[in-house]
Amino acid sequence: MPRLEPGTGKTKWYRSDGAVAVYSALISILIGMAVGAIIVVVVGLLKSNISPAGIWEGIRLVFLGVFSTGRSGSALSFGFNGVNLGNMLFRATPLIMTGLSVAVAFKTGLFNIGAAGQFLMGTMGTLSVGLWMGWAGVHPFIAWICAFLTGVILGGLWGAIPGLFKAFLNINEVITCIMTNWIAANLVTWWFDSHEIFKNSAEGGKVGYIIPLKNVGVVTPKMLMDVLFKGSQANGGFWIAIIIAIAMWIMMTKTTFGYELRACGSNRHAAKYAGINDKKNIILSMAIAGCLAAAGASLYYLSGNTEFYWSTYQKLPAEGFNGIPVALLAANHPIGVIFSGIFMSMLNISGIQLKYLTAYNEYISDIIIAVIVYLSAFSMLFKTVLSKKLRKGTGGNVNAEPEPVKTEEAVPTEDAEPVPELKTFDEEVREDYKELMGESAEKVQTESEEGGEI
Amino acid sequence: MVFLIQQTMLYAVPLMIVALAGVCAERSGVINLALEGIMIFGAFMGVVFVRIFQEAGWTQDQGQIIMIISLFLTGICGIAFSMLLAFSAINLRADQTIGGTALNMLAPAIVMFFIYMIVQQNTMGMASGGAAGWFMIKPQTFGLPKGHSWGPIIDLFINKVYLTTYICIIIFVLVSIFLYKTKTGLRLRSCGENPQAADSLGINVHKMRYLGVGLSGFLAGVGGFTFSMTTANMTSNGDVAGYGFLALAVMIFGNWTPLNIAFGSILFGLFKCIAATYATLDINGDGVYTLNELGISPYVYRMLPYIITLIVLAFTSKSSRVPKAEGIPYDKGQR
Repeated sequence: MPRLEPGTGKTKWYRSDGAVAVYSALISILIGMAVGAIIVVVVGLLKSNISPAGIWEGIRLVFLGVFSTGRSGSALSFGFNGVNLGNMLFRATPLIMTGLSVAVAFKTGLFNIGAAGQFLMGTMGTLSVGLWMGWAGVHPFIAWICAFLTGVILGGLWGAIPGLFKAFLNINEVITCIMTNWIAANLVTWWFDSHEIFKNSAEGGKVGYIIPLKNVGVVTPKMLMDVLFKGSQANGGFWIAIIIAIAMWIMMTKTTFGYELRACGSNRHAAKYAGINDKKNIILSMAIAGCLAAAGASLYYLSGNTEFYWSTYQKLPAEGFNGIPVALLAANHPIGVIFSGIFMSMLNISGIQLKYLTAYNEYISDIIIAVIVYLSAFSMLFKTVLSKKLRKGTGGNVNAEPEPVKTEEAVPTEDAEPVPELKTFDEEVREDYKELMGESAEKVQTESEEGGEI
Repeated sequence: MVFLIQQTMLYAVPLMIVALAGVCAERSGVINLALEGIMIFGAFMGVVFVRIFQEAGWTQDQGQIIMIISLFLTGICGIAFSMLLAFSAINLRADQTIGGTALNMLAPAIVMFFIYMIVQQNTMGMASGGAAGWFMIKPQTFGLPKGHSWGPIIDLFINKVYLTTYICIIIFVLVSIFLYKTKTGLRLRSCGENPQAADSLGINVHKMRYLGVGLSGFLAGVGGFTFSMTTANMTSNGDVAGYGFLALAVMIFGNWTPLNIAFGSILFGLFKCIAATYATLDINGDGVYTLNELGISPYVYRMLPYIITLIVLAFTSKSSRVPKAEGIPYDKGQR
């Protein structure tokens, strides 16, 4: 529990749990990018074909890749790049959706590693219905709605399968999600393999792909994106993703249903005892997660010019797994997911810039993402340290009033009788506890403090 | 028939080694979701070591020695990589699922980054030759002429097999003995069931969990090398086709006991083998490709291992004996 202000009885905004979560996310990001920069330096020093100037270019692109405008002469140039920024938002759309999918499941205490399979099912539904309706001459708007909904519903049904296994048989959702992922990959490939009409045979060299939806005119309107980011792939799907994220935030925090989901996530048995139908909530939560992941796929392919490589039975879409870091970085907050999704796709763009402009390759951004996920496992540690730092102030003016304990320490007394340090009761208990239990006590304290959320 | 059994073993051996790796970690109370990542890393390091030996001038005649040394070194690399998980799960008491996921993302990223840096393409193979030529046990290995046959029974065991099959059997025996017949094994298992009680008896829970994860890392690394050698022709491309996850499923399916896992992985290997070879599979040797003539889509065969896992899990979930303290960070304060 953060310190309450004496005047208002509220917490200062910069000390609230939410703010601390943002700080710890920012620390993870900084460390992750620093690791990326270090790898750039080390590899640059080891490889003979990369000069010191090349290393410096690599580092700048790791941090500012999205503002790169290519090369002018021999030096890299930076500035407003509408194409990059627009593509960033375009790529962020599916990431935001799969991130939301993982986040909603997390809030219910479930780890949705099956977003990849749900994404594929959404792809299948949207592409098939979109193409079919387009050919049948249905009005594009109605076709768009039908294609979107079919994808979402298929994904929802697919997501519900691990939920059913979890609710009725208590089988770990991680394992069922992984199995359903691969089953979905095979099903989708099977579907497209046995329906030749969907394959793009008109354009030579694109035989492995499904006909893009722009060929039948079923595409998401640009909704100002073409004005803001000229020449990029950005479209109205991004706005739709933001609206869905806000809707999810309202559902999770302002409705009884959302409360029930979170109650199941905090403690399934306690929720059951309180009269909440835990089985129903687990299944619904996974179904919603499935819908969200599939909606990501729908928005991605409804953009029109994205092409789906149908023989996917050996490969799962990366968007599905990248939803996990997006959700973790946002601490599973639906609004935070928007920002972390944009950040992840920014790293993606940086990676592509690295590939085309330097001797490095795009996998450096994957390393950065992985490091960030690894660090987010430590977020508890960061939060503990940060909360301690922030708690040091008393009252409203943090800077004006020095802490009593600190001054006591600053003037060490050489007296025969040691002066007892002034401590609050809370701190005293904490220290006793620490003495008793060793270093692990620190963690327990914060864990119990933050027990309510998650 | 010989072909079917040998092919099945090709798929079953890496699964079994990695599933046993999972057992070591989970019995000590740490969920090792990073098996896939460690395998990917192991496969990559294995290729790197083999390339180093090849470039140092070792020849094809020393293939088996190269393999054994590389296998061992790969295991060591697996330990190093798994320590990342151990540190976050044991010392920092972080969520083990997230830590494992992070390693699963980190491994392909690092591997792909370095493969591009080393060979400027997305797959790295041996410096020369292929896995079958260098590491497969054939008549030539014993100095006999090519095409020599010992008859069906002996052929099954020593003709066109990899030494890893036997290494796998040794690993199986050693892990079983370690877990059930040694003092350390008992202690390790106790940390997965009730670490508080174990601690009260003077067992160092952190040390035991580090041991469990380390062993798991070693075996998963070895499993990655085996996968790369037997099914991917000693190449690495940042992917092990979901084998790490499949091994996790086999482990759950085998109820966390080595013997059941051995059966489970052979069953899986069989289905995987059928999916890969159904079109040319001649079970009873009469020249009729039965499975191909059934006219079932290949995707059905490819889905089978996963569907069967789901079904078996559904039926065995009631009798499942999960290590009780699995996934729960050890906390002295809860004693």
